[in-house]
Amino acid sequence: MRAIRRPVIALTAVAACLVGVAGCGSSASKASAGGTSSGQSITVYSGQHEQTVKALVADFEKRTGVKVELRSGDEAELANQLLQEGSASPADVFYAENPPALTMLDEKGLLAPVAPDALKAVPAADSSPKGDWLGVSARAAAFIAATGSAADTAPPTSLRDLAKPEWKGRLGIAPSETDFAPVITRMIAADGVEATKAWLVGLKANAKTYDSNEDLSAAVNAGEVQGGVIDHYYWFRLRDEKGAADTHSKLHYFAKGDPGALVDVSGAAVLKNGKHQQAAQAFLAYLVSAPAQQLIATSESYEYPLVAGIAAKDGLAPLDSIGTVADVAQLGDGKQALQLLQDTGLLQ
Amino acid sequence: MLSRLPVLPALAFAIIVVLASPLAFVGIQAAQAGWDEADRLFSRPLISTLIWHTVELSLAVTLLTAVVGFGAAFLVERTDLPGRRTWTTLLALPLAVPEFVRGYSWVSLFRSVHGYWGAVLVMTCSLYPLVFLPVAATLRRGHSGAEEVSRSLGKGPWSTLWRVTLPLCRPALAGGALLVSLYLLGEYGAFAMLRYTTFATAIFTEYKLGFDAASASLLTLVLVGLALLLLGLEAASGHRGRVVVTSGSNRGARPARLGRGWLPAMAGLTAVVGLSLGVPLYALGYWLLKGSSTTLPSASVIGATFTSLGYAFAAAVVATAAAVPIALFAWRRNSRLARTAERLAYVTRALPGIAVALSVVFFAIRYAQPLYQQPPLLVTGYVILFFPLALTAVRAALAQVPPGVEEVARSLGTRPTLVLARVTLPLIRPGLGAALAMVALTASTELTATLLLRPTGTQTLATQFWVYTSGLAYGAAAPYAALMVAMSVPPVLLLTRRSLGADHPVETS
Repeated sequence: MRAIRRPVIALTAVAACLVGVAGCGSSASKASAGGTSSGQSITVYSGQHEQTVKALVADFEKRTGVKVELRSGDEAELANQLLQEGSASPADVFYAENPPALTMLDEKGLLAPVAPDALKAVPAADSSPKGDWLGVSARAAAFIAATGSAADTAPPTSLRDLAKPEWKGRLGIAPSETDFAPVITRMIAADGVEATKAWLVGLKANAKTYDSNEDLSAAVNAGEVQGGVIDHYYWFRLRDEKGAADTHSKLHYFAKGDPGALVDVSGAAVLKNGKHQQAAQAFLAYLVSAPAQQLIATSESYEYPLVAGIAAKDGLAPLDSIGTVADVAQLGDGKQALQLLQDTGLLQ
Repeated sequence: MLSRLPVLPALAFAIIVVLASPLAFVGIQAAQAGWDEADRLFSRPLISTLIWHTVELSLAVTLLTAVVGFGAAFLVERTDLPGRRTWTTLLALPLAVPEFVRGYSWVSLFRSVHGYWGAVLVMTCSLYPLVFLPVAATLRRGHSGAEEVSRSLGKGPWSTLWRVTLPLCRPALAGGALLVSLYLLGEYGAFAMLRYTTFATAIFTEYKLGFDAASASLLTLVLVGLALLLLGLEAASGHRGRVVVTSGSNRGARPARLGRGWLPAMAGLTAVVGLSLGVPLYALGYWLLKGSSTTLPSASVIGATFTSLGYAFAAAVVATAAAVPIALFAWRRNSRLARTAERLAYVTRALPGIAVALSVVFFAIRYAQPLYQQPPLLVTGYVILFFPLALTAVRAALAQVPPGVEEVARSLGTRPTLVLARVTLPLIRPGLGAALAMVALTASTELTATLLLRPTGTQTLATQFWVYTSGLAYGAAAPYAALMVAMSVPPVLLLTRRSLGADHPVETS
């Protein structure tokens, strides 16, 4: 009897468990697109800093009555997911970290044009030239250096310096980060393919390769390498986590006009096949509204707002002292940068 | 008449179709790439280096996990080592340390651990329980009579170990080693952190920076090829061990005396547990105490815990239930077809997690739209990913059941379903327990498929941990990781005390 009774108990537990799991699922019914978006529910795929997006979503829901199903994930994985889902995707909005993912979805014909009013809220150069996605916030490429090291006392003024022999063994890079490809693309635009290739070969000889900007920032902070190229906000988040006493690194910016003085936007787009176009457009319009930009500017994500008149977070270098927003058309889908990174063996 | 219907083969093949769907996905995608792309990808000079990196790492880690896993299982099951129950629990626990916690803890505490030897060390610590658990289950359940006979015939302990105990464990050992080596083919995250590039790195680059599933799939075919090679090796090397006891009482083994071997044995196990459990736990404690972002986790941590538990348990039950028909089918008829079906179920294990998750996305949105991003979809993803763990455990347990035992029961007039419920399943109960625990433990820390397949808005401990670490807030992330480890203690206890052990109390001296 013992042998029989136990499976019964186990099965009951399993059944209870499955019911519990089912209960966790979203059962929000999806209203069809109607005259007003209030009461509708949209699904947002977001590769952005989750805490900030959560705050934005909550504020948007309160203001408009539109319910948002937020699906946070890794930007590249979400982009791959959208590609596999194709026209059947439940997503209404994709909020990315860097332009290449958006440009790629645009090339596949998956994006709808952004409403003109939203596009007008930010400088024209910050959104897709075709108007298929909208710039929301900006981040800058920067050079993180271990405090007191030679990289800190004599920081590089140009990205080009980093391929010089004197940097051998002193650098770290994270070439598999989606933030790194735009830097290469800028370099190609400035110096051409062959010069960029030679530069990458030099960089490879000089640098240790890390998996992510988080790892690279931590390695510089620990003094494992003297410096490396990251997006500025990694350092601010690292400083918040480590506290002033344990922060042994500083940020430097490349000279204005240098390919390394890259200001790159994070953008959002409406999916063409989304079933709630109006509410999705309302969400994009909200992202570039003053309250949303204010939320972004004061959040822990340390990104720069794009709308004029909203000040960036205290402690951030003024954006216009770093550089101007990179030409989106020039950044493209990042394929050429990837090809070069693979050809030079920085990426496999 | 009904019993004449080929229920078992039909069921087995239906399960195989679902399990092999990622292979179909990879094939479909790769076919879209074209020759030019294939030429571009495979003519790169680094490709052969990367394949070698994968092979070289798989060889070393598989060998080491086999030695550590078998050695530890032997010590806790067949010797008079003090505190064997506790050791068993401690040795199984590393299975519950999430891969990303392990990688990061090593890298952040010991900056010199990286590259090939770093990867060998970290992966061995992480994967040896996959060998340890099935082997321990086999030894616990297995008859020690042959070993006693061997010793009574004057064979020394080493000779008995080599010629009797090891062959007894062969199916479990081979199964565990196969799981380890297949997993290493597709693993990416931990190696990336340790700055060691393998073939999977190239695949991830195509997904992550190229958004190019076709090229990624083309490269993935190489992993499929390597997986088939491994399966062929396992088939060729193994008499597909069927180690059974046809007579005699199934009583407890008399533990071998360690004598002066006591000290090195204890030292060895302490080192294994210290490296595989101590290092990540120390890192978690460090983050909790030192991280500025450390706060009491919000109330959502309770929800995330129950969600993780629910999914892990559901995945464990479904995977184990699915493993029984496949293992039974292959066990009852030792035909080429049955063995092929069984092997096919393993190949998926060699695919990178993102490929498996995207294949579930691909098929579900086309053919099972109502289920898309619903809880059953995530459970399906886990089952496809972790089925081989369940199959290995069930298979190893079945290998010890005397052939013909079912026929005897049936000849007595018992219906086949009753034979299954009253005879076969009770006989493989330790294997079922091991299967449940291994899948549940592994699924509870899974991240890639969880992010892609979960219902929108669902949070598990792993996804919350990821949210915080990707914002560099290790202090805030630590409680979630600590909970993942804590949560796994009950299943490990259940596994080691109940499933492994309740059948015959082992004498302690």
